[in-house]
Amino acid sequence: MNRIDGLFQALATRKRAALIPFISAGDPTPALSQELLNQLPSMGADLIELGMPFSDPTADGPIIQKAHVRALRNNLSIKTIFTMIQTFRSYNSHTPLVLMGYANPILAFGIDAFFQQAHKSGADGVILVDVPIEEDATFMSAAERNALCVIRLATPTTSPERLRALLEKARGFVYYVSIAGITGTKSADKKDLTMRLRNLKKHCPLPVAVGFGIKTGADARLVAEHAQGVVIGSALIQAIEDNLSQPQRIVPEVAQKMTEWRKAIEEAQS
Amino acid sequence: MLKATPPNPNPHTPDSQGRFGSFGGRFVSETLMPLLIDLEHAWQQAKDDPSFWQAFDAYARDYIGRPSPLYHAAALESHLRTHKAFKGILYFKREDLNHTGAHKINNCLGQVLLAKRMGKTRIIAETGAGQHGVATATVCARFSLPCTIYMGATDIQRQAPNVQRMACLNANIHAVDAGTATLKDALNEALRDWVQHVDDTFYIIGSVAGPHPYPMLVRDLQAIIGKETAQQLQDKGHAHPHYLIACVGGGSNAIGLFHPFLADTRVRMVGVEAAGRNTTDGNHAAALTLGAPGVLHGSYSYLLQNEDGQIQPVHSVAAGLDYPGVGPEHAFLKDTARVDYQCVNDQQALAALRLTAQKEGIISALETAHALAYVIDNAETFEKDAVIVINLSGRGDKDMQTLAEYP
Repeated sequence: MNRIDGLFQALATRKRAALIPFISAGDPTPALSQELLNQLPSMGADLIELGMPFSDPTADGPIIQKAHVRALRNNLSIKTIFTMIQTFRSYNSHTPLVLMGYANPILAFGIDAFFQQAHKSGADGVILVDVPIEEDATFMSAAERNALCVIRLATPTTSPERLRALLEKARGFVYYVSIAGITGTKSADKKDLTMRLRNLKKHCPLPVAVGFGIKTGADARLVAEHAQGVVIGSALIQAIEDNLSQPQRIVPEVAQKMTEWRKAIEEAQS
Repeated sequence: MLKATPPNPNPHTPDSQGRFGSFGGRFVSETLMPLLIDLEHAWQQAKDDPSFWQAFDAYARDYIGRPSPLYHAAALESHLRTHKAFKGILYFKREDLNHTGAHKINNCLGQVLLAKRMGKTRIIAETGAGQHGVATATVCARFSLPCTIYMGATDIQRQAPNVQRMACLNANIHAVDAGTATLKDALNEALRDWVQHVDDTFYIIGSVAGPHPYPMLVRDLQAIIGKETAQQLQDKGHAHPHYLIACVGGGSNAIGLFHPFLADTRVRMVGVEAAGRNTTDGNHAAALTLGAPGVLHGSYSYLLQNEDGQIQPVHSVAAGLDYPGVGPEHAFLKDTARVDYQCVNDQQALAALRLTAQKEGIISALETAHALAYVIDNAETFEKDAVIVINLSGRGDKDMQTLAEYP
């Protein structure tokens, strides 16, 4: 069984949602980014989303945009990201890792080569931010050949018919975008989100992880009550940004935040 | 001078997935997909509805001032005959005489009528040179819709008159500081706005770029340029043009002129890109000539990018051409060799603007001057009595400050 399915099965028996932090590879520096990646599991991460920086991240708000800029200033390429994952895997063989990014850097690398090397380096899945189901056929078949999951996204604008179509080939889990918006801005209305997640669960046989707009422990707890995964991106990146002038503070700050979110998620079940 | 011209390899483009050959498509977040599908359906209905076109034609005539004249540029022609062994016949399609001073308003009029039909109550747009921003602000004023225009901070500096016009038209102007603070970054920010206002907002994209159906929608609306040109040439006794020349940034004025002629193999077409300062990385905006295919702003087309697929900084003296991508239909027309794409640098464009102003009393936009420069600098290569139509896509009032900086 792949690591993603294994994780969600194990958590289902423990009736706990997964804590899924997002970091942008190479941010704030390649060395610190590697250190964060290596330590996230011990900070409470169940699954890691590793962002692949892009010069024009149109789905992201200012916080993650700046993280991409910092990473690209360090000349971070996909090749470096694969090396990062290999290093991570020399410490950790059980935590699922999902790459998240935009189409163009993958196209420039070559779709087949990308999925081959992603698998070889130890990644488990890929989230394609700007590749909807109408455009993902070549990505899906390359992923299948290389035993990687393409994680599909559903959003508040996704109709029941589209949801059915996207679930057909969805693997691993479904990433539910909690708001019609960009990362790190507004949060979903609680009542609204609860209702939409209940509805989604009726149609969705796969675990659902929810992202966008989850900042506080309370946000995380609410989502953990209705979904199988809680994705935290901008709020974590903000902790990096806040400590750029004293980089030695970054890992402990992130660890502290992770502890809060993890505690909130565990409380959701009690 | 040009290779033999194949006909439009597939006149029924794009296909149902928005593909022109392998180019185009819809590379957007899932949130926007349902909106694009709605827009496509709304456009298919409007396109087949005579009442839509009745309204469009009435405003095109009385508000924009269409048809725009096809002007015989006899003075420049005679200058080129004397100094450059030019033997052709030179026409300007005078889109600069449209209300707001460029071809952009053709598209904005059509899209605002579509937005009304769809019950949208808020408009957003991106702009580079400010021409599309002014045209959007204009139709929004006329149809009582609030609008927000995204414009790069660099462009706000160099196109100040257009910023003042937009403000006068009551548009909300949003300066974009990210990236290179030009057209690309304005487009990023407009897309971010749209995804956050999915219920009420209509995004008027200004070029034949972006995700399907925009390249088709904008083309269908700009094709009025080529349709009028065909009729006007016949009225002047020319069965058809021999050459159509237009500048290409995103490529809407070029597609507008070219499209109705694509099936006519007697007509050769040249799209002129911006070679900027020089043709090294970061100093030009010639996506078709020097770029490679990739995905930016929702479609697969030629792009200026580095080997890691990161978008490169670009430069052109013309803000409207200062863009790292190009519309996907142009990518298709390049790969099928139906249209010849060439490029012209900043200095050539500036010189062509000045020569045309001095000889014809017409100050073109710096974008348009790239098309003029191509003809002026290759004047001797056109056959005797070849009928050449240059799309005079916009006027240059906005460029006086830039001109002063490049004496």
